[in-house]
Amino acid sequence: MEKMPILPSGDPIRQDKPEALSDKDLLAMYSEMVLIREAEEKVQSLYMKGLIHGTTHLCQGQEAVSVGAAWAIKPQDYVTMTYRGHGHALARGMDPAKFFAELMGRSAGINKGKGGSMHLCDFDLNLIGAFGIIGAGIPVAVGAAMSAKLRGEDRISVNFFGDGTTNIGAFHEALNMAAIWKAPVVFICENNIYGEFSRIDETTAVTRLSDRAAAYGMPGVTINGNNVIEVYEEVRKAAERARSGEGPPFIECVPSRQRGHSRTDPAKYRPQQEVEAWLAYDPIRLFKDWLIEKGIATDAQLKEIWESMKAVVDKTAEKAEQSPWPSLDELTTETYA
Amino acid sequence: MITTTYREAIQQALADEMAADPSVVLLGEDIGHAGGPFKVTEGLYERFGPSRILDTPIAETGIVGCAIGMAITGMRPVAEIMFSDFLMVCMDQIVNNAAKYRYMSGGQTSVPMVIRTSCGGGIRFGAQHSQLGETRLMQFPGLKIFAPSNPHDAYHMLRAAIRDDNPVMFFEHKAMYARKGELDKSAGPAQVGKARVCREGKDLTIVATLMMVGRALEAAEQLEKEGISAEVVDLRYLRPLDIDTVIASVSKTHNLLTVEENHALGGWGAEVITGTVELAMDELDSAPRRITLPDAPLPFSPVLEDAAIPSVDAIVAKARSMLGQA
Repeated sequence: MEKMPILPSGDPIRQDKPEALSDKDLLAMYSEMVLIREAEEKVQSLYMKGLIHGTTHLCQGQEAVSVGAAWAIKPQDYVTMTYRGHGHALARGMDPAKFFAELMGRSAGINKGKGGSMHLCDFDLNLIGAFGIIGAGIPVAVGAAMSAKLRGEDRISVNFFGDGTTNIGAFHEALNMAAIWKAPVVFICENNIYGEFSRIDETTAVTRLSDRAAAYGMPGVTINGNNVIEVYEEVRKAAERARSGEGPPFIECVPSRQRGHSRTDPAKYRPQQEVEAWLAYDPIRLFKDWLIEKGIATDAQLKEIWESMKAVVDKTAEKAEQSPWPSLDELTTETYA
Repeated sequence: MITTTYREAIQQALADEMAADPSVVLLGEDIGHAGGPFKVTEGLYERFGPSRILDTPIAETGIVGCAIGMAITGMRPVAEIMFSDFLMVCMDQIVNNAAKYRYMSGGQTSVPMVIRTSCGGGIRFGAQHSQLGETRLMQFPGLKIFAPSNPHDAYHMLRAAIRDDNPVMFFEHKAMYARKGELDKSAGPAQVGKARVCREGKDLTIVATLMMVGRALEAAEQLEKEGISAEVVDLRYLRPLDIDTVIASVSKTHNLLTVEENHALGGWGAEVITGTVELAMDELDSAPRRITLPDAPLPFSPVLEDAAIPSVDAIVAKARSMLGQA
């Protein structure tokens, strides 16, 4: 039998309203998902205009993971992510003006223009690292968790990584260490089915990536990464487990990557049918339908939110575009503390 | 002033820093219950307990990555990599994370971490357990590289490394763990980045690190008997690299010889000589020379290994020939 990957789902959201979230919270979540979508579209257009340089890895279609998880954890918790981290940064609350300025290499950028798209971090928000190399962030996330544990702090560490990461050594070393030490860390795998340009089932011995958790004695679940409420609820449960000292859980989210691996990748290896289907499984649309069905907002209100988020993006991107380049004096500063 | 071994001096530095600062934690393979493969951490687990000393799996990438995660969240981890040869296993974490974290974050964080590692040959461990590996790391701004040659420096340099807010690579020569020397704990803190003139002379400057410092000093004794006065500079740090002390010495002796347990191509001797030529060529009376390992992996056979590692005799012979007294 041909091995098939787990595929993203466009099933409607069927969950009830989570108890801990008010209608206001839910609309804020919607706003953030739209903000991320609009920001990524803006990044794409700025890239085409030559205002964003190098490469950039967009996350359209993965907004439910970033936002659902961000609402399930506490401000003091550490977050680490990958080069496909724009959504996580914005969901965590990074100032979009500093976000755009960083992507454009300006001194007003969150990393003063020294990091770029792949290395966004904001220590004031406990967003402590984005890593350009597959797997490199996982042991760092475990270290941050151990820091909290050894000092007896009420803090966990949440680590996002992609499907391709589950094949690299750092992943296995770090998961084992986290498990033996019961480090308060939550591992969140965003399985967008493609490791760069190759479908995950062609490169990986198992297709349900959460099965790998069993090798480290940790619970693993696979959930619909297009369902923001499901992500929220699963991460909340996982965070509670990690916080209570029972050890790290593993969540595999399957969202629908809408674009290529990076800006320069047109993703011609993906069948057109699949691209169309996945675009239709839009996590923002699914959430919108649910918000209307639950009577939390009307279609008109949600359209209004969308317009206001688009305005935020336009305004902050414009502000970033007007901001100065770093001074050449900055070339070697901050190499050493 | 006490007489102690290189091993005990390192152990003392760890214990004193752990006692002084609760954010100092150790992690590494077999360093807890077992006291470390070279017994450097012996007794520390009993004294400080499992919340300060973490025995890890054999997983160098995990160890270094974890130490980085601790360092950026307010701790001062000291990771042990059992053999410096294994740094190759975790180069990604050292080079792409530790060295660049502060810079890439625009100064939002720093990585106050030490990686201690045993290095060097001479004890018949073969090609995968005898390398130094410190020169490879010279290419990475953001790192500091310490290489002490005696118990006194080992103690003070390690304390300084732990207090440093940057990632420090700390190389301990494994053939020197049992070597005795003097330690004055009351001496002031180490001056990071400062080489040391450990013997004054007027005819020739010999620059060395780690185990080669002792051999250079022995060679200088012999040369003295032959009427050649050699000055020995212990570089101690490769990043930052103190070219000024080398040039000050060469300005006096006008001849420069480097001795290192590395291969010539890309070794630190090349950098020291280039720096001297760039800044003080007029001071040189002869072409600077290097003594290095031959261009082959370090062999296992005692006969071959002894021939590969720069010896006292080789230093004496090279010095003689440089000064036209061969």
